[in-house]
Amino acid sequence: MHEMGITQGILTASMEAAEKAHATRINEIRISVGDMTDVVEDALQFAFEVLREGTIAEEATLAVTHVSPKSRCTQCGTEFSHDRWDLLCPSCDAFLCEVVEGRELRIDSIDIDTDDDIEEQG
Amino acid sequence: MEIDLSAPILAKNDSLAAANRELFDEKGVFVLDLLASPGAGKTCTILATIAALRDRYRIAVIEGDIASRVDAEKIKAHDIPAVQINTGGACHLESDMIQRAISVLDLESLDLLIIENVGNLVCPTEFDLGEHAKVMILSVPEGDDKPLKYPGIFQVAEAIILNKYDTLPVFDFDEAAFREAVARLNGKAPIFPISATKGDGVAAWAEWLAARIDGLKTR
Repeated sequence: MHEMGITQGILTASMEAAEKAHATRINEIRISVGDMTDVVEDALQFAFEVLREGTIAEEATLAVTHVSPKSRCTQCGTEFSHDRWDLLCPSCDAFLCEVVEGRELRIDSIDIDTDDDIEEQG
Repeated sequence: MEIDLSAPILAKNDSLAAANRELFDEKGVFVLDLLASPGAGKTCTILATIAALRDRYRIAVIEGDIASRVDAEKIKAHDIPAVQINTGGACHLESDMIQRAISVLDLESLDLLIIENVGNLVCPTEFDLGEHAKVMILSVPEGDDKPLKYPGIFQVAEAIILNKYDTLPVFDFDEAAFREAVARLNGKAPIFPISATKGDGVAAWAEWLAARIDGLKTR
């Protein structure tokens, strides 16, 4: 259940950025999670519901974009998509590949309201 | 209003890990993060590694467990400094725990620091502690299908120790299938079959580690 720690990381970083921008409320937090990480979205969402309570993200949604794995062959340079288990280069059958996408645990952006927003609306 | 962050979720852990690594580099201490299931033989493998390398390197161990001091006491019984971290339920170590643990170790007088992570094939994979290499242990009784079930850990490991190799005749463990599955996940990691309690195969693993320790010193 390391999703609790990961979710705490998401909230901490989002709240810091939101406070700097003088946000009154966080509406949405958008993150990218690589399919090669061992992170379960249901567990993330559950932890998020628990941890957001009493914060300015109390009513925020957590939008998760899944990133499918992609690797580059260190032998012939080919870039190819693959599943979690098979990093075999389709061009030269080498196994010596470097993962270039699919291990992301990244906060992309947050959507916030500020006092200014409310004044503008008012 | 949208704010673009493009920030790693584990930024706090990662930055503390980077600080740990900088300190280890400065002091010339090679740090190994050892990952495995509970019961795979992490502590026995550490003891076998200590026996193989203690004449050449000054070694200390950080033991990560949910509870108890059992493992640290086992290491200390061999006159090797050991620090026990009790996570109190957390399923993996994080870099701030390592930062606290190393504050009680004399890094100046060390060449090798082995961190025994909490027994778990999933969670420790994502957390950088500031180590120079993650190495995993799979034991024969766990089965040859583990690379298919827990691909993440096999991908981050720079070497894979296949422990309890002496039990191969009594378990239905297909070594060829295991090696094939590992190669498809991680073609770079060498596999070291060992029997930690008997010492078989430990020399090859210890030489791999010694080369990495020497590599840090000459960097």
